Amino acid sequence: MNKKVLRIYFPLFALPTLIAFIIGFIVPFGMGIYLSFCKFTTVADAKWVGMQNFKDMFKDPEFIHALWYTALFAVVSVITINFFGFSIAMLLTKGIKGTNLFRTVFFMPNLIGGIVLGYIWQLILNGILANFGATLTFSEKYGFWGMIILMNWQQIGYVMIIYIAGIQNVPGELLEAARIDGATNSQVLFKVMLPMVMPSITICTFLTLTNSFKLYDQNLALTNGLPSNKSELLALNIYNTFYGRVGFEGVGQAKAVVFFFIVGAIAVAQLFFTHRKEVQQ
Amino acid sequence: MKDLKKCIALAMVASLAVCAFAGCDKGGSTTGGGDTTASQSGGNSGSSEGGKVYYLNFKPEQAEQWVKLAKTYTDKTGVEVKVDTAASGTYEATLKAEMAKESAPTLFQVNGPVELAAWKDYCYNLKDSSVYTNLKSDDFALISGDEVKGVAYVIETYGIIYNKTLLNKYFETDGAVAKSVDEINNFNTFKAVVEDIQAKKDDLGIQGAFTSSGMDSSSDWRFKTHLANLPIYYEYKADGIDSTDAIKGTYLDNYRAIWDLYINNGTCDPKMISGKTGDDASAEFGLGEAVFYQNGTWAYQSCIDAGMTDDDLGMLPIYIGAEGEENQGLCTGSENFWCVNSKASEADINATLEFLNWVITSDEGRDMLANQMGFVTPFKTFDEKYQADNALIKAANEYIEAGKTAVSWNFSTIPSEKWKDNVGSALLEYAQGTGEWSAVEKAFVDGWKTEYQASHSGADEAAATPDNA
Repeated sequence: MNKKVLRIYFPLFALPTLIAFIIGFIVPFGMGIYLSFCKFTTVADAKWVGMQNFKDMFKDPEFIHALWYTALFAVVSVITINFFGFSIAMLLTKGIKGTNLFRTVFFMPNLIGGIVLGYIWQLILNGILANFGATLTFSEKYGFWGMIILMNWQQIGYVMIIYIAGIQNVPGELLEAARIDGATNSQVLFKVMLPMVMPSITICTFLTLTNSFKLYDQNLALTNGLPSNKSELLALNIYNTFYGRVGFEGVGQAKAVVFFFIVGAIAVAQLFFTHRKEVQQ
Repeated sequence: MKDLKKCIALAMVASLAVCAFAGCDKGGSTTGGGDTTASQSGGNSGSSEGGKVYYLNFKPEQAEQWVKLAKTYTDKTGVEVKVDTAASGTYEATLKAEMAKESAPTLFQVNGPVELAAWKDYCYNLKDSSVYTNLKSDDFALISGDEVKGVAYVIETYGIIYNKTLLNKYFETDGAVAKSVDEINNFNTFKAVVEDIQAKKDDLGIQGAFTSSGMDSSSDWRFKTHLANLPIYYEYKADGIDSTDAIKGTYLDNYRAIWDLYINNGTCDPKMISGKTGDDASAEFGLGEAVFYQNGTWAYQSCIDAGMTDDDLGMLPIYIGAEGEENQGLCTGSENFWCVNSKASEADINATLEFLNWVITSDEGRDMLANQMGFVTPFKTFDEKYQADNALIKAANEYIEAGKTAVSWNFSTIPSEKWKDNVGSALLEYAQGTGEWSAVEKAFVDGWKTEYQASHSGADEAAATPDNA
């Protein structure tokens, strides 16, 4: 009976979402792949050129630079965000006074949009750098660390919440047993705690990794690629190629497709490796 | 296994949908194409019944006035006119998005021959339209082959705007290098004046001779495009050409001299200019913190809003130390060309042409453009009653009346935006001290060649495709 009902109503309930998904995701995605093989000015009016866009793409030194710059940015931000997020989560599960207040305060930056945050931090960092006679866009190194600080500030609170949930799920008797067996603090942390919160680590590294690769608003607001497009992350590079260069729309589209595959491959690989480390309770 | 089946099913649905949607798109664009040919063979005499006008406006400063003008027209004729304005700096992106839609703009604009190359398949031939026949000269039209692709609607002038009050105050100081603005008619005098003002900035109560030369994207076009026009102009003049596929950079030393003058005599340390915006410069000038400000007639309103009066404002040509520059005037030209979308329906095209005709011939239209928007227009229909008037335009006219040669806007022949960006970045790094001047030379000369090739291989392909299709 239940199964029958399900069979009748499943399409009815799934259809609106499915249609929305097709219109909002599948179709643009298919068109995007098609357009990456085309030369066009507007997306409705494209001429097939085959692999030309992909060839042109790798001739662009700025794209290669953006690729490495983004990779470096992703590595540094994933490590710092997760390290600080986890540390703060550990602190805030020790039952110190005002825990709830601190959790709220740390989480709050995440509620502000990327563009706004970017401009706020631009003012703050430029204000500080002005004392040293420089600005954020003085060299790409300043922009890089500026973005790291910004992303840490924004994301730490978010991963902290996930880690807190994970830490609270670690059974108290396990920790107690470890202590009774004479485990040191670091042994408790590395041999008991970390393996038990591995699912949270999987989620958090996935989120921070993909976020760092796809970062756009903060990059746009903070440095806008200056100087010389050297602080340009991949997403901004793609946008600038597509909209900023007459005749390079197809190349921008090709970059976007390659970008998708890179982010997809890295995310899947990361999920695979961290999943393997998870333990069953 | 079940999951796999689901995935395959989903993929099939997706591909079906893609085909269906792609099919729709193709259908749409081919009918659009059909209409175009019909309207072209029908010529201008075709009816505009039921036609609509959609103007994608480039100038945010005049956004509200365009909407008002459109409403007046709709009230009078019943023809629907929609005006949309792209946010500052996003015109190209907005245009690309809007043109892909079914109700695409019927009236849009390009900023010169380089951008025209991307949009020329979308430009209706304006040869028989009244906006073209009423032009004072062909110099103000974009002509490709024997087709008129675009028509300029506003002529603008830029130079070095100066604060008359402050400059006069300087002329009265002891040991002033010059005693009147008329004496400043070449680079050396100008340089001496600027450096002397900078030295006496505390006595004059200012922060610097020049406003900050901000290299933020809201301001960098003043240097990578407008200032770069001067070495290009003089090189073209010396070689007797009006565009080139490879620039030689004959006047690059002059470019360096004027750039040095800007950054070393500004309101801020050259190390800080990467973060300075157009608003910063405008505010510094408006508040009387600097005497000189490189900008154009469009900056008039912001100066007045900052509390300056017409008597405070004057404009000097940008002298770079080229031969015969005593007779050089201000830089005058246009980078705002109206184009009519050739892929719109015949009725819409005709409605748009009628609207344009009304704008440049009716009292309401002319009053709005000249008196309220403050545009200097290149149309014959604008008689004495419809001449834009403000202190900066007056300054521009005075130079023309004095028989000085206006500098044309050769920056519209710059091969690509990328070229400007690269030159701008090199200028910035040179100013900060993190780069050498040779990088500017490289971006200027070598960059011109590579960008010209990159954008032209594309343009040739685009030109070849209609034949193939």
